[in-house]
Amino acid sequence: MRSGTGDTVRGPEEAGAVSHDPEESGAVGRGPSGGEPGFIELDGVEKVFHVRRKAGRLRRVREEVRAVDGISFRVPRGAMVGYIGPNGAGKSTTVKMLTGILVPSGGRLRVAGIDPARERTRLARRVGVVFGQRTTLWWDLPLRDSYELVRRMYRIPEAAYRRNLERCVELLDLEKLLPVPVRQLSLGQRMRGDIAAALLHDPEVLYLDEPTIGLDVISKAKVRGFLREVNAERGTTVLLTTHDLTDIEQLCRRVMVIDHGRLVYDGGLDGLHAVGRSERTLVVDLERELPPIEGVPGARTVKVEGPRQWLAFPAAQSAAPVVSAVAERYPLVDLSVREPDIEDVISRMYADNTAP
Amino acid sequence: MLYAAVAAGSFRRYATYRIATASGVFTNTVFGFILAYTYIALWTERPHLGGYDLPQALTFVWTGQALLAATGLLIGGGMDELQERIRSGDIAVDLYRPADLQLWWLAADLGRAAFQLLGRGLVPMAVGTLVFPSALPASPVTWLLFLVSVALGVVVGFALRYLVALTSFWLLDGAGVSMVAGLMCLFFSGMVLPLNVFPGGFGEVVRLLPWSSMLQVPADVLLGVHEGVGAARALAFQAGWAVVLLASGRLVQSVATRKVVVQGG
Repeated sequence: MRSGTGDTVRGPEEAGAVSHDPEESGAVGRGPSGGEPGFIELDGVEKVFHVRRKAGRLRRVREEVRAVDGISFRVPRGAMVGYIGPNGAGKSTTVKMLTGILVPSGGRLRVAGIDPARERTRLARRVGVVFGQRTTLWWDLPLRDSYELVRRMYRIPEAAYRRNLERCVELLDLEKLLPVPVRQLSLGQRMRGDIAAALLHDPEVLYLDEPTIGLDVISKAKVRGFLREVNAERGTTVLLTTHDLTDIEQLCRRVMVIDHGRLVYDGGLDGLHAVGRSERTLVVDLERELPPIEGVPGARTVKVEGPRQWLAFPAAQSAAPVVSAVAERYPLVDLSVREPDIEDVISRMYADNTAP
Repeated sequence: MLYAAVAAGSFRRYATYRIATASGVFTNTVFGFILAYTYIALWTERPHLGGYDLPQALTFVWTGQALLAATGLLIGGGMDELQERIRSGDIAVDLYRPADLQLWWLAADLGRAAFQLLGRGLVPMAVGTLVFPSALPASPVTWLLFLVSVALGVVVGFALRYLVALTSFWLLDGAGVSMVAGLMCLFFSGMVLPLNVFPGGFGEVVRLLPWSSMLQVPADVLLGVHEGVGAARALAFQAGWAVVLLASGRLVQSVATRKVVVQGG
């Protein structure tokens, strides 16, 4: 069992880009009062699956898959933390262990002081979960009926229920959707409906697994605005799993990156870019075909295709000097800036991590 | 109460499938006519087969049609929805909720059955009784006992299908098990032929199997075959199977969820 925090996890201090400590950067709203135990605590948590693999006509080999391989972190009450990583990194497995659906193979895990696997039902009353790809709503019945069921399931007092529902309806724009059968809702509408369902019982902690997957821009903005508000006003602790870096940028000051079941980064978002040496790309359209652009400080030309050229520069650096340097010396027609891809950043980070 | 709300929601849900209900009523009625003429041929050739006279045999046919959807005689194979949730992993969502999986699905199934008894059962029963000679009882007590027997039959049917559905936790595709279970249900419930026409040891055994609770026993209660102490014994027989099967379902469920929880399904 590894401690997780020491050698494997790289905080921003190593990168030298951000000065604050990762624990602090995660605390939005209330800061961690000295030595306060985390609301969510993981100490060397592991999850090992055994799968049988075909290894011949009849022979089966038992193989060990370490989905989560010694993860430790603490999330203080009221924080909103991004939990990201490529597909199969172990994000969902972690969330499942946090809800108590999966039992860790090793390590210690506590949510609000409760061992989720032992007291799943007791914890469930204090937890909200949204799995972006799955719904908890009742397919053939109006949205309102699903909420009534949630009210009974969590034994929500009438007044609290009405207050919470009203709030969700207003902020998530659900008024017109309440009488509509869930199967007739669009993906974005259904997701908003699911998020509301997860919050009716005033959970202290909310796990969101890809809450904006497949949503259009307007729905994404609505969902993000709502989450920000819930976190700020109620102090709901939020753990957000996502592929969408914009979710993290707009919502979380702290981000944890997991890859191959290990925590490879825990800190601020800027630090992540520095650690991952992520680059933004300036795409310029020139008047005519020219040799690769040279002599722009901090940037290098990575690709030329006819009159279009691609210049890469560090993500932490401003685009303005690069643009003006190019505009000064080249016949510029049009330009655009591309943000770094989270998958690239992470894969580069992982490559660094495995190197001795 | 939560589970009452689940049952009511399930009832409303099935009530929204109007075209499915109408076509189900039509199918049940046509199917009833075919079986009725077959039974007429059979009972004319062999009067008092299995102890029934012709009107009783015909009432058995229409009782079968009325209960077909409710006790799940045709869907005896399993619970598509639950199986699909297990297969796709959506069951994870159900597991973290503060509700009992088996009670939840039982409540939903009772709601479904209640709707289908009314929506799909009444019309074929009425048509059959109007067109063919029948042996419906006059006593309200018999009708009441019949309804209790049907309710127990629904629970037994659910408990069997729940067990079948849970096999999806181990098998990637539950279709094979569902098909075998469906065929067994069709035959052993008495849907093909009343179980009391089977002679000897075989007849003794099939009448003791749980499937007989789903049609044979309720029909016999309605026909007055079981009266007084006999009726009580028949209901106790059904209740016994309901308890045994629900308990097995609970056991299998705890093994299945432990498997998922520990191994990750």
